[in-house]
Amino acid sequence: MKGEKHISREEVEHVAWLARIELSEEEKELYTQQFNQILAYFSKLAELETEDVPPELHVVNLVNVCREDKAGKPLSVEEALKNAPKRRGEYFEAPRIL
Amino acid sequence: MRAVEAAAEGLKVRIGLEVHCQITSLKTKLFCSCPSDYRGKPPNSHVCPVCLGLPGSLPVLNWKAVEYAVMAALALNCKVSRRTLFMRKNYFYPDLPKNFQISQYDRAGGAPIGSDGYLEFMVEKKRKTVRIRRVHLEEDPGKLSYKGAIDTSPYTLVDYNRAGIALLEIVTEPDMENPREARAFLQKLRSTLEHLGIFNGGLEGAMRCDANISLEGGGRVEIKNISSFKDVEKALSFEVVRQRDLLKKGIAVRSETRHWDENRRITVSLRVKEEEQDYRYFPEPDLTPIEISEETIRRLQSEMPELPDARRERFIRQYGLPPYDAEVLTSDRAMADFFEDCVKLCGKPKAAANWLMGDVLQVLYSLNQDLAESKLTPAYLAELIGLMDKGEISIKIAKKVLWETMKTGKPPSLVVEEKGWKRIADENKLRSIVEKVFSENVKAVEDALRDPKAAHYLVGKVMEATGGMADPETTYRLISERLKALRGSAS
Repeated sequence: MKGEKHISREEVEHVAWLARIELSEEEKELYTQQFNQILAYFSKLAELETEDVPPELHVVNLVNVCREDKAGKPLSVEEALKNAPKRRGEYFEAPRIL
Repeated sequence: MRAVEAAAEGLKVRIGLEVHCQITSLKTKLFCSCPSDYRGKPPNSHVCPVCLGLPGSLPVLNWKAVEYAVMAALALNCKVSRRTLFMRKNYFYPDLPKNFQISQYDRAGGAPIGSDGYLEFMVEKKRKTVRIRRVHLEEDPGKLSYKGAIDTSPYTLVDYNRAGIALLEIVTEPDMENPREARAFLQKLRSTLEHLGIFNGGLEGAMRCDANISLEGGGRVEIKNISSFKDVEKALSFEVVRQRDLLKKGIAVRSETRHWDENRRITVSLRVKEEEQDYRYFPEPDLTPIEISEETIRRLQSEMPELPDARRERFIRQYGLPPYDAEVLTSDRAMADFFEDCVKLCGKPKAAANWLMGDVLQVLYSLNQDLAESKLTPAYLAELIGLMDKGEISIKIAKKVLWETMKTGKPPSLVVEEKGWKRIADENKLRSIVEKVFSENVKAVEDALRDPKAAHYLVGKVMEATGGMADPETTYRLISERLKALRGSAS
């Protein structure tokens, strides 16, 4: 992460769209500023010498936490649908998507 | 098909596949202990907080799925990653209750379970090799359905029974040069996974496929929504013609994603909303990395069952089959198993191979069935071969018996008995029929006395009288004897 990375207003709009969040003009302005402040903070970390440190994608020192292929009891259909915003018969109902 | 090839002539075609195969032999889902036998079950009856993505639930990896994926990677000649992890692939679509899919990624520090492999197969009697880019594990999304057509339905219905089923994603390099090779690749892939004992391709939706295709000088087109591998060849053939036509007219082929419409048998352009999806992959924090030790790989390698190529060679050695027969039989695990079971019972490998590859496949096709769901058993086919061998039925009758057996599930001997299709070889019985034919066809007998060739008419009459069941050799001999006797008494 060398050099200054700058987040543009368009990128904020794009990220908002990906997250399906609607932002007001003021919010777009605010978040652009805040994103850049966060990035500036991270660029401080980038000053460290990390040449000999291998990338680490997981912070917990555990591997292969697994289970056996043994079937358990699923929820009942009624329990499964209990929190559904909308249901139709035994199905969850979602809006039409194109 | 020939028109397609002729049209595509001259322009090099490159096809790559992205295949999704459910690991159907697992008893549970990939990250939770919900039973995996969801087919034919009521909607949302095979779900739990994990596969519904309820807050506070934690996925736990099914280790058997890792072992099966490693076996698949080894069978596809891949390098197996010693350390790998799962990633979140983020997108909003109701088939994913969590709003992300747990998958693997070969960039951003990730590694798939297997990479850089290859698969060899036969196509038009030539050996073909297709490189495998990667093999990875991910979870299947849920199933969406609609009221009527997808674009007019007022709502989307979601069933999460399938959500979380373990899926193998297998991605090839664009090494296939025509649609038929793509289909042959899938056939071989299916047979290989079935021989590993991890997959049953006969289950509805167990194998799904996206394809990418480009013609020399054109853009790369992705085809989505190919749900049966027979449709792969159709969809790709359509694209070859479409892209070839555009290029011939000097129109550029756009890089785009198209949707295979299996009813209309065409591909249609999907309007890409906004820009290309941005999946924002990042390591799944709720799962630990996976380490696959050298010992595990060695153990799995040593436990690998016989794969189609080895089985083909054994069929040639052990049963004396021609290489072509051995290749066809082992291209489908169910057929190879059926063949071996049948040969154990009847001891006639070539006859069993001929029946299977010929009439049996034809009847299956007419009945629109798979061998696995057919009423024909190896024992029935062995019985049929035995009946013919003992001379109890002719080849013509045997074909009729096969059809009846496959339609009704009745054993061949019972069909023969019920239909009265047993060949009549009993001399006394045939002699009395011959006598009756002689007395009813005086003119024909006179002809036959003058011209021995005219005796065939009398054979035909006997056949007619017995519904084709008279043994032709015995009948001919009896008629000749009788004619000889008549000639003797006349002189």
